[in-house]
Amino acid sequence: MSTPDIIDTLAGIKPGSALDAIRGKRLQARENAEKSYLSLFEPIDAGDFSLLERAAVAAFVIGLHGESPVAAFYRDKLAATAGGAVLVKAIDAEIARGKTSGPYGSFPAGPLSVENTAGLIYRVDAAGKSALGPRLVAALEHAHLLVFRPRDAASSDVKALLGAGWSTTGIVTFSQLVAFLSFQVRVVSGLRTLAAATA
Amino acid sequence: MSATVNPPVVFTQDELGWVSWIEPLPEAELTERHFNGLVERARAKSEYFRLLVRDPEVLEARTKTDKDIFYNVADGLPRAERELAAAATSRYNGCIYCASVHARFASTYSKRREDVQKLLDEGVKADLGERWNAVVKASVALASTPIAFGPDNIKELRRAGLDDAEIVDVINGASFFNWANRLMLSLGEPSK
Repeated sequence: MSTPDIIDTLAGIKPGSALDAIRGKRLQARENAEKSYLSLFEPIDAGDFSLLERAAVAAFVIGLHGESPVAAFYRDKLAATAGGAVLVKAIDAEIARGKTSGPYGSFPAGPLSVENTAGLIYRVDAAGKSALGPRLVAALEHAHLLVFRPRDAASSDVKALLGAGWSTTGIVTFSQLVAFLSFQVRVVSGLRTLAAATA
Repeated sequence: MSATVNPPVVFTQDELGWVSWIEPLPEAELTERHFNGLVERARAKSEYFRLLVRDPEVLEARTKTDKDIFYNVADGLPRAERELAAAATSRYNGCIYCASVHARFASTYSKRREDVQKLLDEGVKADLGERWNAVVKASVALASTPIAFGPDNIKELRRAGLDDAEIVDVINGASFFNWANRLMLSLGEPSK
């Protein structure tokens, strides 16, 4: 029996349940999924990517995946972060504007081009720009790209982040954050579905 | 980075290189903190890991998550099918580099190279038999945004003979590649 971690909490896995026992057989994965979360949201050094920016990007990324206990968790986290409460409304507005279905986008020109699928190219609007500031505007636009059309990512996209004041190290942590959340929300969703099918 | 790349334009099981769009740390600047983040010292030779090690704590936790999900085969799903979930997710998201690595592993462990190639050539709707179809379909449902994984996926996986521990391995393996694909696709590109 283990102490519930964030995945257990969000997926509704109770200590002593069958799924708790199954997760217990992957202790290293379980502990390091939690450590990944902690190193992203309680880092040793947040110098290149502030805690407020991390919380705002997380609320946006998970909000784009749809309403869920995970979305509520990250929205609450943003509201509880210093300077975050005033951003919740702006992030909610951007989630509403950015919602679509993925993955879509283009493959390198060639035989795979027949599989190219067009879709929303999300950009923050004027109201969002004044509420969020240039660093977060660039971050949200890039996060949307990674959530819905990762295969469209190009060197010009990371250059746009550099141009908006992001450091190389900040871009690495930012990419890990968006990518980690893409993992975490799926594990939670998958385990919730399995738990419901087992009950 | 200004290195000349020769990007692949199809999914392949061949070995590919990967070139970063932003500066990895030079090997000479790596400290003990960085080596802890790399987990394996030999990874200091890889441009990808020397880029990710700019945030050593996240890299270390991610690497250990990855290793347990894929290599801890004392019980649960056979390695071949964990690799199939990774390859199918990568095929669907469009990560040619990740798909090449994990399609190769899926072929090695399953000895079903032609079926794996069919997945790469025809895409995630290729008919690979009931059990593999269920794993691929579940992986695709998990990779979709919004997430489309539901009770029908569980039913199909069970009908194909997977128990709950094995289904958790499918969930973990497919979910993990939504992490891996987004790093590989956003920070650089593959090269033949």
